[in-house]
Amino acid sequence: MMLNHIISMKDFSRDEIDIILNRAKKFEPVARGKRSNLLSGKILATLFYEPSTRTRLSFETAMKRLGGEVIDLGSIETSSIVKGENLADTIRVIGNYADSIVLRHPREGAARMASEFSKVPIINAGDGAGHHPTQTLLDLYTIMRESSLSNLRIALVGDLKYGRTVHSLAYALSLYHADVTLVSPAQLKMPEVIKKDLKKKGAVVRETTSIEDIVEEVDVLYVTRIQKERFPDPAEYQKVAGVYRVTEELLKKACENLIIMHPMPRVDEIDPAVDRTKFARYFEQSFYGVPVRMALLAMAMEAV
Amino acid sequence: MIEKEMRVRRIEHGTVIDHITAGQALNVLRILGVSGTTSAVVSVAMNVPSGAIGSKDIVKVENRELEEEEVDRISLIAPNATINIIRDFAVIEKYRVDLPEKLVGVVKCANPNCISNTNEPVISRFTVNKKPVELRCIYCDHVISEGIAEHLI
Repeated sequence: MMLNHIISMKDFSRDEIDIILNRAKKFEPVARGKRSNLLSGKILATLFYEPSTRTRLSFETAMKRLGGEVIDLGSIETSSIVKGENLADTIRVIGNYADSIVLRHPREGAARMASEFSKVPIINAGDGAGHHPTQTLLDLYTIMRESSLSNLRIALVGDLKYGRTVHSLAYALSLYHADVTLVSPAQLKMPEVIKKDLKKKGAVVRETTSIEDIVEEVDVLYVTRIQKERFPDPAEYQKVAGVYRVTEELLKKACENLIIMHPMPRVDEIDPAVDRTKFARYFEQSFYGVPVRMALLAMAMEAV
Repeated sequence: MIEKEMRVRRIEHGTVIDHITAGQALNVLRILGVSGTTSAVVSVAMNVPSGAIGSKDIVKVENRELEEEEVDRISLIAPNATINIIRDFAVIEKYRVDLPEKLVGVVKCANPNCISNTNEPVISRFTVNKKPVELRCIYCDHVISEGIAEHLI
């Protein structure tokens, strides 16, 4: 039987994405506290080899609110990983305990490899600088709920070179023929190979370094943190840290229905004063991670 | 034609790899595992004038017929190469190399952080785009388009 692994957005057609998003909408009441026993008797294992707050907690929340149980590695220091066990073995062992595995790993391609060794569905919760499909799905869901996925004009702002969320999101947006503006410092431009893929899919892609120039022309401002930990050279980080800052002043030019999103955590890209404006949606966005992950967990486990 | 025969003498049994992209002969030898200490009889001609592709390299290896995997590797660095199998001084088979759709265990991923570059029990795998030649790692999505010879395993 084919397992429902969730590894990369590239494995999904637009129709399949729409099915997940519509399913997520049905789970919203459960995410807000309505009882469900859909996954009662099922066990989810969370394997996080890298730190995570939102992703791990929202998976746990989603699983528990659907009536299921969660097991985890505990801290890496006390697990068999420090004894040198490789990921392929860990996956084969844990697959005998749990009905599905959520994996975050520092190496690109880890989730794809895990899926080759696993007898239960693998859900990729981030593989190094690679994919993070559940984040992308919750981003799309947020746009669907708070704005619109059709005729969408969106600006992706910040670190477009190392930021894995924007690569997956940009790809998914190309399936919706979105008008995408890339806003980044020259050093952090989106890699050519990804832009080429987007254009091949028929997305309209523009690039600029100025956020002021485009704020009045977009429906969604998707702001990302410039991630210090992804920079090989700290001096390079210092050059671009804090170049973009969304403030109330900037938003005076914004169109009426603009929404601002951010995958969180934020550092100083969005001024806290913006939280009170009608544009802010980043806290809603982090809540939507729960119903979206419910839809994915249900897809992975209910039929197995 | 006669002049070419003079440059690199005929072989009785073995393989002639012709129309190698000029400058790639030494990489072809590397692929075949031919090093300075080999006992095999090997002839190499470099930058030979060639009507079809301007200039070319030629490699002749005696008493050896190539494995499919070796031909796949050669196709990556010399896409126009032709393979001639020789028995009793006669060409008994001649074909052009062709890039395969998938490469398994042939090229090492250029992304140092790829899971295929660790002690995990996996073999590198790439999907191949032929024009232009681009190899995409099935694990990390990294694309290799230049200097492919440097990444051969």
